[in-house]
Amino acid sequence: MGGMHGLGPIAPETDEPPFHHAWEGRVHALAIAAPSGANIDARRHQRERIPGPIYLSMTYYEKWFEALRQGLLSGGHVTEDEMIAALADSAARKATPRMAPGNVSQVLSRLGSYLREAPASAAFAVGDRVRARNLHPTGHTRLPRYVRGRLGVIERIHGAHVFPDTHAHTGDEDPRWLYLVRFTSRELWGPDAAEHDSVSLDLWEPYLEPA
Amino acid sequence: MSDDHDHHGQAPPSDIALRVKALESLLVDKGLVDPAALDAIVDHFEHKVGPRNGARVVARAWTDPAYRERLLADAGAAIGELGFGGGQGEHMIALANTSQVHNLVVCTLCSCYPWPVLGLPPVWYKSPPYRSRAVIDPRGVLAEFGTVLPPETAIRIWDSTAEVRYLVVPERPVGTEGLDEVALAALVTRNGMIGTALL
Repeated sequence: MGGMHGLGPIAPETDEPPFHHAWEGRVHALAIAAPSGANIDARRHQRERIPGPIYLSMTYYEKWFEALRQGLLSGGHVTEDEMIAALADSAARKATPRMAPGNVSQVLSRLGSYLREAPASAAFAVGDRVRARNLHPTGHTRLPRYVRGRLGVIERIHGAHVFPDTHAHTGDEDPRWLYLVRFTSRELWGPDAAEHDSVSLDLWEPYLEPA
Repeated sequence: MSDDHDHHGQAPPSDIALRVKALESLLVDKGLVDPAALDAIVDHFEHKVGPRNGARVVARAWTDPAYRERLLADAGAAIGELGFGGGQGEHMIALANTSQVHNLVVCTLCSCYPWPVLGLPPVWYKSPPYRSRAVIDPRGVLAEFGTVLPPETAIRIWDSTAEVRYLVVPERPVGTEGLDEVALAALVTRNGMIGTALL
């Protein structure tokens, strides 16, 4: 939704708590502790697939709750009947929770990484001019609409990272080079934008072409 | 935390609160989650992470030039020196505000945010008004926070589209020369480290 007008005022709240209701904390915790069978990109895609008008009318944790339910169903961890009855099928074998209370702090503080061994050498170098490709995939992507077709400059090379467009759908990490790409605000928004403003995004190599 | 604070007194819990409770008891019943682990996760996000962590990083950067240099060169390692790290902080970059350049962080695609140093994002950060307008109208957005920058200041906006997370290092306020690190950390606000406020 980057670049859209008319979605209302921002309405910051002073001294905002992490969770406004106890149930929001439970949804957040369930999303971390429950098995979902979905990686981070697949979970983002689950939330994106909520139809637009409904998406805009849901609060953040309502979206998480919906994605959590869908993940449990599609991962085969819970059946529709169990979900409706809110009761475990008495014939089903009882599982062992994957997160024990004593492990929580360690799991949440673990420093993972999305950096992977590069499949090939990087196509672009710092300072190169690139154009964001005009791609409109129906699946998951992290290429925002507002930069498609626009010219930018490679500002930094992050290394090869897990590629969400593949990872969300097949689970394959398919590492691709990730670049910090800077676009001037005038390139993105036209002559009314402030002369020295810019927007930088982290974009994977398949999103970019030489310019 | 008490239950829904929209529902003080005798009002029944909301529909969504009941649905979440039903799902939790189903998952406990199936042995898929341990309720004590859920309690520990909620506690982590309510008490262990939050903008106080980021404020300590910023205050250290203000008082220790060598630390500031390390923070700007390799933010993840420098933040780790203070004992902070974890999910949504895997690849950190620190952005220093100067008198000429102001940094503003957003995630237009969802709600990416550096949890280990700032905790969970405020509602406005993950809501459509901020996500849509931060990139196209940063000065209008800043004005809604009461923040006005000189017209000649360049605004650099950072859209968190990958797993890289950004932390703004605000400028040290003038007149704070006599303050120690602890007192300085108390001046650093969450919005200052997102870039929607000046200190």
